Amino acid sequence: MNLLDALKVRDSQGKQFVPDVRAANPVGFRGLPVITDTPCQQGCTECSDCCPTTAIQLQKFSLDLGRCVWCDECVRVCPKDKIAFTAGYRTASRTRDGLLVHEGRGLGPVEASEAIRKIFGRSLKLRSVSAGGCNGCELEINAMANVNFDCGRYGIDIVASPRHADGLILSGPISANMAEALELCYEGMPDPKVVIAVGACAISGGIFEPSPALDRSFLGRFAPDLYVAGCPPHPLSIVNGILDLMGHTDGRW
Amino acid sequence: MSHPNVLLQPLSELETLDFGGFAQRLEDHFARGQRLLSLFGSPSADPADSTPELHAVFVDREQGLIHFRGRRQGTQHYLSLTSEFPSLHCFEREIHEQYGLAMPGHPWLKPIRFEGTNLKRMNDYPFYKLKGKEVHEVGVGPIHAGVIEPGHFRFMCYGETVHHLEIHLGYQHRGAEALLRQASPRKIPPLIESIAGDTAVGYTLGFCRAWEALCGLTVRLEVEAIRSLGLELERVAMHLVGLSGLATDVAFLPGSSTYGRLRTSVINLSMRLCGSRFGRSWFRPGELRFPFNQSHKDDVRKTVQQVQTDIAIINNLFQKSKTVQHRLCTTGTVPTPLAQEIGLVGMAGRASGLSCDLRNELRGGAYAQHPIPLVVESTGDCWARGLIRIHEIDTSLNWIMQLLDTLPEVEAEPPPKAEPRPNCIVVSCEEGWRGEVMHCIQTDADGKVAHYKVQDPSLRNWFGLAQAVKNNAIYDFPICNKSFDLSYCGNDL
Repeated sequence: MNLLDALKVRDSQGKQFVPDVRAANPVGFRGLPVITDTPCQQGCTECSDCCPTTAIQLQKFSLDLGRCVWCDECVRVCPKDKIAFTAGYRTASRTRDGLLVHEGRGLGPVEASEAIRKIFGRSLKLRSVSAGGCNGCELEINAMANVNFDCGRYGIDIVASPRHADGLILSGPISANMAEALELCYEGMPDPKVVIAVGACAISGGIFEPSPALDRSFLGRFAPDLYVAGCPPHPLSIVNGILDLMGHTDGRW
Repeated sequence: MSHPNVLLQPLSELETLDFGGFAQRLEDHFARGQRLLSLFGSPSADPADSTPELHAVFVDREQGLIHFRGRRQGTQHYLSLTSEFPSLHCFEREIHEQYGLAMPGHPWLKPIRFEGTNLKRMNDYPFYKLKGKEVHEVGVGPIHAGVIEPGHFRFMCYGETVHHLEIHLGYQHRGAEALLRQASPRKIPPLIESIAGDTAVGYTLGFCRAWEALCGLTVRLEVEAIRSLGLELERVAMHLVGLSGLATDVAFLPGSSTYGRLRTSVINLSMRLCGSRFGRSWFRPGELRFPFNQSHKDDVRKTVQQVQTDIAIINNLFQKSKTVQHRLCTTGTVPTPLAQEIGLVGMAGRASGLSCDLRNELRGGAYAQHPIPLVVESTGDCWARGLIRIHEIDTSLNWIMQLLDTLPEVEAEPPPKAEPRPNCIVVSCEEGWRGEVMHCIQTDADGKVAHYKVQDPSLRNWFGLAQAVKNNAIYDFPICNKSFDLSYCGNDL
């Protein structure tokens, strides 16, 4: 009886994995923004006024994905349709400055790290730490390893102990009450190790940036090797960013 | 027509009692069997007075929301009522931590979240200890083995049996309430959505209603219907996460993968409706950002039907499997009288036999036209908290299908131009997937936000987890924890 029921579940499950995470199509996703070169209306400051995280610079118009929370306000107030969000999910960068989107220019490709490729090869074990994360990024980091995105097939795994980890995957704005535990966890990882900052909060403090209850000094001492922008980022954004960093050139596993 | 989940009053009309009368009123409402939604503080109107004003909000099926406040008269003291009504313990602890109000008679004034002057003092706290030659202590966290928010659990065990669990939270404290009080109105919604990102819709709807009441706005019934659709999709998605996690924790892998991928279908549906898998930016006061046309309707219908078909197959296996039954049945039990006494709410409360569900008690918005059946389990164990998810998913999916039958195409509604009324106070509440989320906003003479209080159901339910694991084996803690699936950041704010 039970065996038959189990077979029915297996049959209903079918194949759920995204065949190629490098060429997926998350229909409807509000992802990578593009900024057109249409000139702004004279003297208009609507988009930067309404931005909750001051991600928009009007001088040399740019949008900082490290701060953006994808609230869509700027798109809605702009009289010139200057900003538009696309379903693009490549929102990662090796550098903080690389997260700036300019007129007519999106994010550059994430450069592979020769050092990481040499040391870790095609296997990267990460320890997740949430330091004030709202459970949005945490759920998406978890989803990265589920049957749909299945990052394990590329050698990327989330591990339980810092001792088993090749690096830290950090989410949340780093609350003062978590600062010490975060650092202890990082110290517990064997060298060499990478740091990956996931989501607007981890990258810039995000919507919580002005709060005195944060202590972000950790990032001053240990700069991330990879930034994955989003609020929260799509699992595809995280997987692709890490694959790029590791020097995977295609979606095969 | 005003919404029953909201209560707006000019500050001058808010019933105000002295501390003695306030305590008496609390006792009266409890004696009448009414349910306390919240007890919280706000700064005194007199800046020279450090004693806060206290607010109590009750829910009554007939009267709706009841809100009154207590104020110190002369040299009066507030006397703790926790010994009499244990469900007040967390509220009184929070008021004590936030305002320093003395709570004579309170048995356990542990800080809720180590905020303000307690910030970074989490390591100094003396945990409750059992003494005995063979008693041992186990500390877990703040960082746990999985991808999960931080919190510390301190167990006092004899052998494998847990005699006491003390839950130590506050690691997630980001100062959310303080930020809400300073934020410009446009900045409030993204903050609200980040208090507990897994309940983004549940939080936002409560805020929308509160803000609409303050601004004198109403929204069309169809807009209410789309909001409730978003809320129920969030409930289904998060209950699926819970079931997937429970299955993982008892090593029942078909459940782990199938519930997990069904959740992906549901959140991808939300994404096709609003651009975000978590329903972020979907809802704003007085506004409908994303139109709902026939193709959306067909998409919802098709996705929901597919989930209904597939979930029935895995539910059948999950419920029949001896391995699942063996691990979940009679594990982590909170019997009904205890649940009542400590004031469990939401899904966990209903799993312990309490009929607390604001959708059913107040029947606001779309739930007036389409009532949603109340789901209650009686045993209060991990099995009941699993079953309640299964049944609530079925109920919500059926409800969505019924809603679609009468729902026309809904056009987007542009953002209204309206300012909050001055000198008012509004309370609103919404039954999120975990339980009731409350907002209270007070405006000053200029119509600016003077005070913002927000409450997650987890604030009350964490103590339920501590009670549930008593006399259970320590290895069952992960299942107990997952079965409650409480929010760390919602508690820590």
